[in-house]
Amino acid sequence: MNDVKAITVDHLTKKFGNFTAVDNISFEVKKGEIFGFLGANGAGKTTAMRMLCGLSIPSSGNATVAGFDVYHQTEKIKKNIGYMSQKFSLYEDLTVKENIRFYAGIYGKSNEFIKNKTGVVIKDLHLEKEANKLVKSLPLGWKQKLAFSVAIFHEPEIVFLDEPTGGVDPVTRREFWNLIYEAAATGITVFVTTHYMDEAEYCNRVCIMVDGRIDAMDTPQQLKKACDAASMDEVFLKLARKALRSDT
Amino acid sequence: MRSLRFLLQKEFRQIFRNTSILRIIFLMPIIQLLVLPWAADYEMKNINITVIDHDHSPYSRQLISKITASGYFILQDYTSSYNQSLVDIEKDKSDLILEIPASFQKNLIKENESKLFVAVNAINGVKANLGGAYLISIIRNFNGNIRSKWIQFPRFNPELNINVVSSDWYNPEMNYKYFMVPGILVILVTLVGSFLASLNIVKEKEIGTIEQINVTPIKKYQFVLGKLIPFWVLGLIVLGIGLGISRLFYGIISAGNLFVIFGFAAVYLLAVLGLGLLISTYTSTQQQAMLISFFLIMIFVLLGGLYTSIDSMPHWAQMMTKVNPVTYFIEVMRMVVLKGSGFADIKNQFLIMLGFAMVLNGWAVLSYRKRY
Repeated sequence: MNDVKAITVDHLTKKFGNFTAVDNISFEVKKGEIFGFLGANGAGKTTAMRMLCGLSIPSSGNATVAGFDVYHQTEKIKKNIGYMSQKFSLYEDLTVKENIRFYAGIYGKSNEFIKNKTGVVIKDLHLEKEANKLVKSLPLGWKQKLAFSVAIFHEPEIVFLDEPTGGVDPVTRREFWNLIYEAAATGITVFVTTHYMDEAEYCNRVCIMVDGRIDAMDTPQQLKKACDAASMDEVFLKLARKALRSDT
Repeated sequence: MRSLRFLLQKEFRQIFRNTSILRIIFLMPIIQLLVLPWAADYEMKNINITVIDHDHSPYSRQLISKITASGYFILQDYTSSYNQSLVDIEKDKSDLILEIPASFQKNLIKENESKLFVAVNAINGVKANLGGAYLISIIRNFNGNIRSKWIQFPRFNPELNINVVSSDWYNPEMNYKYFMVPGILVILVTLVGSFLASLNIVKEKEIGTIEQINVTPIKKYQFVLGKLIPFWVLGLIVLGIGLGISRLFYGIISAGNLFVIFGFAAVYLLAVLGLGLLISTYTSTQQQAMLISFFLIMIFVLLGGLYTSIDSMPHWAQMMTKVNPVTYFIEVMRMVVLKGSGFADIKNQFLIMLGFAMVLNGWAVLSYRKRY
């Protein structure tokens, strides 16, 4: 892993009125890294991620994504990232192929690129039979895998995944993580928020947010050692128990 | 521009895949145009009349047959008691009472004058007014006939007689449908523009795909255009279907150039699409969007001169019709379809509509936030 920074965050803060959703956080993510962003509901994970995606302007602090500033260069950031949100984000009334074509098209990919890569992706996902079926007819796990493939179809530098495996069965979650590893191996930086602590173990590094602040940040192994815990689950419980904010 | 092509492709696919939208787009104009003009008809026919005849003379019978032969009145009851006729009115069987006094014929011939009594049930004001007016004109006509037949003219007519000859321009048969159908077409186009477009955008908010669009490099204006263009095209198609239907079923052939209608409709659709867009930026669920559109369309229709004449509204209401885009299109439709007005005649309305389009779309784009 080289030392090129994909994301740098420096004293980033987001306030909504009197409420500080993200409180002065700083961290860096290296290129090709799988960076896990953990925290209870309402800890500020999604708000932080939205600022990095250019969807929300920070109240103070600095951050760059793929080398671009989150205040002034949001359009450039958007060209260089992929995003997959909590909510399922493909069009259910379009077919698998049409969804791929649409998202690739709006990222400015050429017809030839789209055509060639669509074949590869559909084959990788074993969706050959479903390629011309409406997305709404697919099971949830397949949809999520497809959504991830669509999010990285245009070969972004960084992909943001906001609780991508919510409601997905363990087997499909495992397959989903295989896709994430494959993407990381091609040099895509993966920034992922999750509730599942077994998934946290798959990350190169994790950071745990409590009440809008970063409470711990390290590799899963180091965190377990520091907290004298057997699993990430224990680490998380020990840290998250300190939270003052209630579940939103 | 390439992104726009992909957006348009997606929108058209989604619209044509959604059979309920297609049904609305194609069935709505057909049903509305086939049903509404017949129901929303202001010509008064079938006015129920009760005649109290105390005279039973040839003249009174002549008068009654003249009234029933006019086609406007149905002789509900023929009685000789005023009390009986009151019962008819109270039971809503009758709208009008005509009382012919005893010795009606005798007085008319001997004394050269006679009195008739007309009572009107004014609960339905329009019906009462028109019914009364019709009846009076029939009686006047009857009066004229009698005089010319029976009464010796003096050497010169003691009363000045002004004879008014009228000719009804642009709609010579005074066919109410000619007046209604172009107006209903306007409402249809308005529905497609504001209703369907705003629902479509809000739907993306509801299912969350708009978030995904917002993290892509798509620009605000591209997304907006991608939404507006399909409904702009659909609106013009609906207008075309509607004009076809009104020709087929009502024989209404536009006196003016169709290009003028479509040219104005093109700008008009921009304005109502801007309104639809605006509604979508202020709402987050399809339900909210639907209720607001419904509310606005009700007001637009009632204050647009479709059913009621703007000239007879109070001043404040007339001011309100000026900020209603529907008013202008209804006016233009009637001018072009019935009068054959050309582009030069509707220039003012055209410019005003351009203004509407710019203000509404500008406002909508400003309030459509790509980042929130």
